[in-house]
Amino acid sequence: MSNNLIVERERGLVELERRIAELRAASAGQPLDMSSEIGALETKYQQILRELFGKLSPWEKVHMARHPDRPTSLDYISKFDRFDELHGDRHFRDDPSLVGGFALLKGRKVMVLGQQRGRDTRENLRRNFGMMSPEGYRKATRLARLAARFHLPIVTFVDTKGADPGISSEEHAQSEAIAVSLMTFATAAVPIVTTVIGEGGSGGALAIAIADRIIILEHSTYSVASPEGCAAILWSDAGKAEEAASRLKLTASDLQRFGIVDEVLAEPLGGAHRNAGDVVMRTLDAIDAALQTLSSKTPEQLLEYRYAKYRRLGEWQAEGLETAQTAP
Amino acid sequence: MPRPDWLPSRRAKDKAPADAVMWSKCPKCGEVLYRRDLAANLFVCTKCDHHFRMHAQDRIDSLVDGDFEELGQDVLPGDPLNWSDKRSYPAKLQTDREKSGISESVVCGFATINGHRVGLAVMDFHFRGGTMGEVTGERITMLFEEARTRRVPVVLFAASGGARMEEGMLALMQLAKTTAAVARFMNDGNCFLVVLTDPTSGGVSASFAFQADIIVAEPKAMIGFAGRRVIEQTIRQRLPDQFQTAEFLLEKGAIDMVVARHQLKQTLTHLLEYCAA
Repeated sequence: MSNNLIVERERGLVELERRIAELRAASAGQPLDMSSEIGALETKYQQILRELFGKLSPWEKVHMARHPDRPTSLDYISKFDRFDELHGDRHFRDDPSLVGGFALLKGRKVMVLGQQRGRDTRENLRRNFGMMSPEGYRKATRLARLAARFHLPIVTFVDTKGADPGISSEEHAQSEAIAVSLMTFATAAVPIVTTVIGEGGSGGALAIAIADRIIILEHSTYSVASPEGCAAILWSDAGKAEEAASRLKLTASDLQRFGIVDEVLAEPLGGAHRNAGDVVMRTLDAIDAALQTLSSKTPEQLLEYRYAKYRRLGEWQAEGLETAQTAP
Repeated sequence: MPRPDWLPSRRAKDKAPADAVMWSKCPKCGEVLYRRDLAANLFVCTKCDHHFRMHAQDRIDSLVDGDFEELGQDVLPGDPLNWSDKRSYPAKLQTDREKSGISESVVCGFATINGHRVGLAVMDFHFRGGTMGEVTGERITMLFEEARTRRVPVVLFAASGGARMEEGMLALMQLAKTTAAVARFMNDGNCFLVVLTDPTSGGVSASFAFQADIIVAEPKAMIGFAGRRVIEQTIRQRLPDQFQTAEFLLEKGAIDMVVARHQLKQTLTHLLEYCAA
């Protein structure tokens, strides 16, 4: 049993996939023509895929964003031309839930940062499920400052449930680490392009996601709190997470409507992991295109543009909702 | 600028002859305190020194020399997500308005503290748990922009449960918006002082509350990023009582000083003397 809805749903497909593969193997080099059987099975397979994944609810998208096979930051970074990883916060330790360093992306020198979760339990323990500690945010701050010093654009990948909520993180001032990271990204006078590749969890995600252009994959989510956290906060019942997921407006299309993300990248039917190679390539193309556009701007223009972009987020009305403001 | 319209309404309510308003029970030692004595003692328990959570206007009254020139009071919250659970979000806002006497979780404006002209932002836990919504972010951003133009320091009193769920990502984005405004303000050489009050957590803690030049906290205030309950559930053990208190943060090196409410005005005055242009 997996606690991931999408993984559970995929189990029904595994048997069909096996039969198609067997038939293909059996028909290879055989005089018997089985192409019509194979074709029928594949049609059925595509039909089931559409039924299972054609229209995902917000809650299903939350599970898709957390799918264990979904491409992680290193799957993207490994397709850069080159990656020279840098480590550590220079104070306490290296946080493996954030990978970062110099890189070449389509010939362009950049600083890349990505929140890194694990594929299996062992790696997840090492990477802390992609939940960064203060040391991770201090590494992010250090590398972003380094990038600004040498005029390198910053590319970040967001994939985290949120910042680590542990004793040691509080002792090491998680709040301060995130607050300073936010400041650094708000003021770094180089182009910043962020891609939300999985789950974007609250301030822990935002700390490396103040950017000039924000790209999000179709089934990624980005939320003020995890649906479980929101349900616990508002209704003291984490079991109401599905309801919270639909209320929070955390899907890519919602975020685009609010002007919080700039670009949504389509995923193959059934999610990014069904054709990871293609998704990674298209994502890198989109990042490169964004960097190309931003490269024509002066540092002053970049900062002005970034300030204005965030300044207008948050609609408000100039009059009360009802007549609350009349004096007694 | 005259006092806003909503103020007399709360004042009037304070004088209502209900026991709950006349008397307050100290949540720490259980002492029943006459409300007027409590107010005269800056809402500090006369028996055990427990610092009560203050209403924004009481805080402002306790600090400023004369008039308070309010900013952004006509900027009022909407309902961007059309949120509704047991009650609609606008209905929750309405209740909190009546309960707290203010129209959002922060009151911003300009005032003088012992002769120092400052921009003042006071968050109020009585309104939606001091959570940051769009208008909270908007008012704070307006304050930093205006203070930057006037070249005066900003003093901000934090009290917040974090970002407000009912406004979703638009609430979270206020962390980014206020951060950008704080950064511009500070990079121009202006001074930013923060006082962390009980409680300060989540997104507010992880943004402007910890971006200041000097960070002061009130005694025993709970301050942290993750909520106590969340941490206890994660590690499956009970946390020590001291954890995430102002004194704990002082010991860990995260804040500059812990100052009792009776000394606060004096301390802020000293800090303004050092840092203000």
